[in-house]
Amino acid sequence: MESSAHAFPANVRHALADPQLQRAMGRLKGHFIDKRAHARARLPEFDALRDQAKAIKDHTLAYLDLYLERFETEVRRSGGHVHWCRDAAEARGVVLGLCREAGARTVTKGKTMIGEEIGLNPFLEANGIRPVETDLGEYIIQLAGEPPSHIIAPAVHKNKEQISDLFVEHHHGGDRSRRLDGIPELVTEARETLRARFLEADVGITGANLLIAETGQTVIVTNEGNGDLTQTLPRMHIVLASLEKVVPTMEDATTILRILARSATGQEFSTYTTWSAGPRRPGDLDGPEAFHVVLLDNGRSALLGSEFQDILRCIRCGACLNHCPIYGSVGGHAYGWVYTGPMGAVLSPALIGLDEAHHLPNASTFCGRCEDVCPMRIPLPRMLRHWREREFASGKAPAAARWGLGVWAWFATRPWAYRLATGLVARVLGLARRGRFAALPLAGGWTRGRDFPSPEGRTFHAQWASRRGR
Amino acid sequence: MSEPRTEILGKLRRALARTDSDAAAVDARIAAHTANLVPARGQVPEPERVAMFRAMAGEVGGTTEELAGPAEVPAAVARYLAGQNLPARAAMAPDPLLQGLPWTTTVLELRQGRTHGDDLVGITAAFAGVAETGTLVTLSGPTHPTTLNFLSETHVVVLPRRRLAGAYEEVWARLRALGADVPRTVNMITGPSRTADIEQTIQRGAHGPRRLHILIVDGLD
Amino acid sequence: MTKGRVGLFVTCLVDLFRPTVGFAAVKLIEDAGYAVAVPPTQTCCGQPGFNSGDRNSARRLAEAVVTAFEEFDFVVVPSGSCGGMIKVHYPEIFKGDRVWESRAAKLGAKTHELLGFLADVAKVERLPSQFYGRVAYHDSCSSLREMKVREQPRRLLGLVAGVTVAELRSPEVCCGFGGTFCVKYPDISLRMVSDKAAEIVETGADTVLAGDLGCLMNIAGRLKREGRAITARHVAEVLAGMTDGPGIAEPRVIAEPRP
Repeated sequence: MESSAHAFPANVRHALADPQLQRAMGRLKGHFIDKRAHARARLPEFDALRDQAKAIKDHTLAYLDLYLERFETEVRRSGGHVHWCRDAAEARGVVLGLCREAGARTVTKGKTMIGEEIGLNPFLEANGIRPVETDLGEYIIQLAGEPPSHIIAPAVHKNKEQISDLFVEHHHGGDRSRRLDGIPELVTEARETLRARFLEADVGITGANLLIAETGQTVIVTNEGNGDLTQTLPRMHIVLASLEKVVPTMEDATTILRILARSATGQEFSTYTTWSAGPRRPGDLDGPEAFHVVLLDNGRSALLGSEFQDILRCIRCGACLNHCPIYGSVGGHAYGWVYTGPMGAVLSPALIGLDEAHHLPNASTFCGRCEDVCPMRIPLPRMLRHWREREFASGKAPAAARWGLGVWAWFATRPWAYRLATGLVARVLGLARRGRFAALPLAGGWTRGRDFPSPEGRTFHAQWASRRGR
Repeated sequence: MSEPRTEILGKLRRALARTDSDAAAVDARIAAHTANLVPARGQVPEPERVAMFRAMAGEVGGTTEELAGPAEVPAAVARYLAGQNLPARAAMAPDPLLQGLPWTTTVLELRQGRTHGDDLVGITAAFAGVAETGTLVTLSGPTHPTTLNFLSETHVVVLPRRRLAGAYEEVWARLRALGADVPRTVNMITGPSRTADIEQTIQRGAHGPRRLHILIVDGLD
Repeated sequence: MTKGRVGLFVTCLVDLFRPTVGFAAVKLIEDAGYAVAVPPTQTCCGQPGFNSGDRNSARRLAEAVVTAFEEFDFVVVPSGSCGGMIKVHYPEIFKGDRVWESRAAKLGAKTHELLGFLADVAKVERLPSQFYGRVAYHDSCSSLREMKVREQPRRLLGLVAGVTVAELRSPEVCCGFGGTFCVKYPDISLRMVSDKAAEIVETGADTVLAGDLGCLMNIAGRLKREGRAITARHVAEVLAGMTDGPGIAEPRVIAEPRP
């Protein structure tokens, strides 16, 4: 997917000026937060499970090469294939090759963030293969020609009227006289339309929430059942997964699954959790004849052993997005690339470069709510700060910020100069009898929508010195 | 071995400072497959276990019914279908457990095998039920085509009461006890298909079944 | 006989914008039985540099703070944000440094946010102050998450005659200040503070209190721009009974009597 992360400030202005988007974000704010809190309250072991899940992933990452080799061995034993891919282009090439091998014209897709990351849909289309998204949210945004704006609720920014317009335009030959009024009608129409695609597809592509080293299984969780129809009906099932999805055993995966849905949607468990190992077995009456796992690195191996390793624990539940006040203000599209919210602000610079994505780690108040709710206890604010350190060290931080910090540090490390300067500023600005400024040089961003409080007059230290006589 | 594979694994090994003795530790951990923390909720004994299973399955829109014996199953299925205004017709998994039930006592018209989506009702057995979340576990195989779980609008599941576990881990233990490799597909099903992708409003029957009816049967298996 | 020596870290915003908060803190700590000192070499905790990725300047300032404050039994900060910097982030800055890491850890262990100190360490159970009004309390993110201060200010406000505390709908949500964030991304910051202001208005409170001046300047600035008759103060002012002066961003001389 093409990135517009560099244009974050413009994306933000656009998002803030979109009343429909703002209404949708308002709806999102309470919804997931309350549900997660409820699910957490119902399971007394929730936080202890988080600790264990973190430990499981930390252990797996420490032995990642070995667990991946074991995973590969087991996939092969079950009759499947593993394709190691260094980058997006390699992964796209492998998928296209497999689709051609299967003689594919239509490919159904379950939800896969890796698919977005490697820009699979436009690539397949350009090569004469029709990809059809089957997760309802993904399908809606595919019709709209947009990327997902949320990991688990891709079309959260759209309302039912917009979706109705899309369905009218794209279904039943674009008969504009049709109207779809309610959400049930929309869901039913999508079900009927996509059912035909499921049955005609030659290849089904899904993502993977987890990979099991012990068994070679790939695991997906869905609520709609689209992932299951995607992988059961076509001749070939292709799984797109990144390296860090592997865990040692079914028991380890189970611990993570116990906190995944609760953190994501507040469900006790997702409707469908599906563990897949290899193609159709002798005597099976259905299922794919071929099973392929595309295992993508795309920059992740470079995070191992770095200050960003912890982001490899991420299980893509979306809790950090749901609780992030920045995400809640501007929505997912403003981030300009596949991964959004706090986890995206940490991961995107690693995958598309800090030059392209430098705004994302800067656009945080470090409020810490993301880390608070992260089921995998990922220290997201700390890693955002690490990106800022890299940016500063590389000399690419904005000149005004560097200059300002330099001046600040010069004074702050010289208490006598600091007292003089702050004393002067306090006295001058303190002359404002109104107690505030409606405009102030260098503070245009602040005063556009806020007054700027003026100082009381003399600094604390000046008053303290004269009171206590030093 | 392919070049990308060698290169990726090489990168990982360098980053992790891999030593030769580590492989044994990994193999041992997998071989032990120790259970992690199992919530207290998953350890309730019978009969609360059934009550919990029914409550949890009910919360997510599944319906449940307890039957005193296998002989009651066909009539219960027929009754359920009639109650939903569905024809007395279904595709059934070719499962000996189901085949052994006295279907001829009802007017149900059963076809055995997979479905291509033209059967309104699918009937399968479950490998296990899990009380902690009201979840069913099914295994793909010659006696259980996966399509029956997903393509029909109504999914009727026969769950022998003895197969009801408290927690998922019990099911993995049973699965390993089968001896052979894991089946192609292990499906965990918690309620009927749903979506909240339009304005976060929950709708049943997005792509999979709109209805999930579970018969918990004593004296079966 | 005092219960111990407290080094007060004033914070740059309190020093520059609202010295009253510093004096209120001194009064509260002294009334609780401690001796207060204000080391004259203190300037800034280093947070602006630290959060902007400038570890070097942050480290130099951190060294100065550690040196100036390690002699005290307690370090008290009338801000969760600067307190969190000293308690949580200094050890991170000095990680791996044999000498400084343990000095920073020791300092961190005795560093407290003012309200946490008063409630948990000094165990203040009586306050002579009174303040008649309905008060909305804003939890600063650092107080809440880094300093684990949540019930303490509410408990202390319960000791002040006349105060009714009204809870916000989303007390865990950031006000959008975020230090340099509000300058770098003013549009998002404004959106966030507008939401916060709306929730404050919704409570029907006449006063909004918080433990961090950064949040308070942001919130007061927005409330004033909206023309709201809600006064913003640091909670220490109310606890210390030092509320005679104008609220944050309010006129020095009150032109007309308030209703």
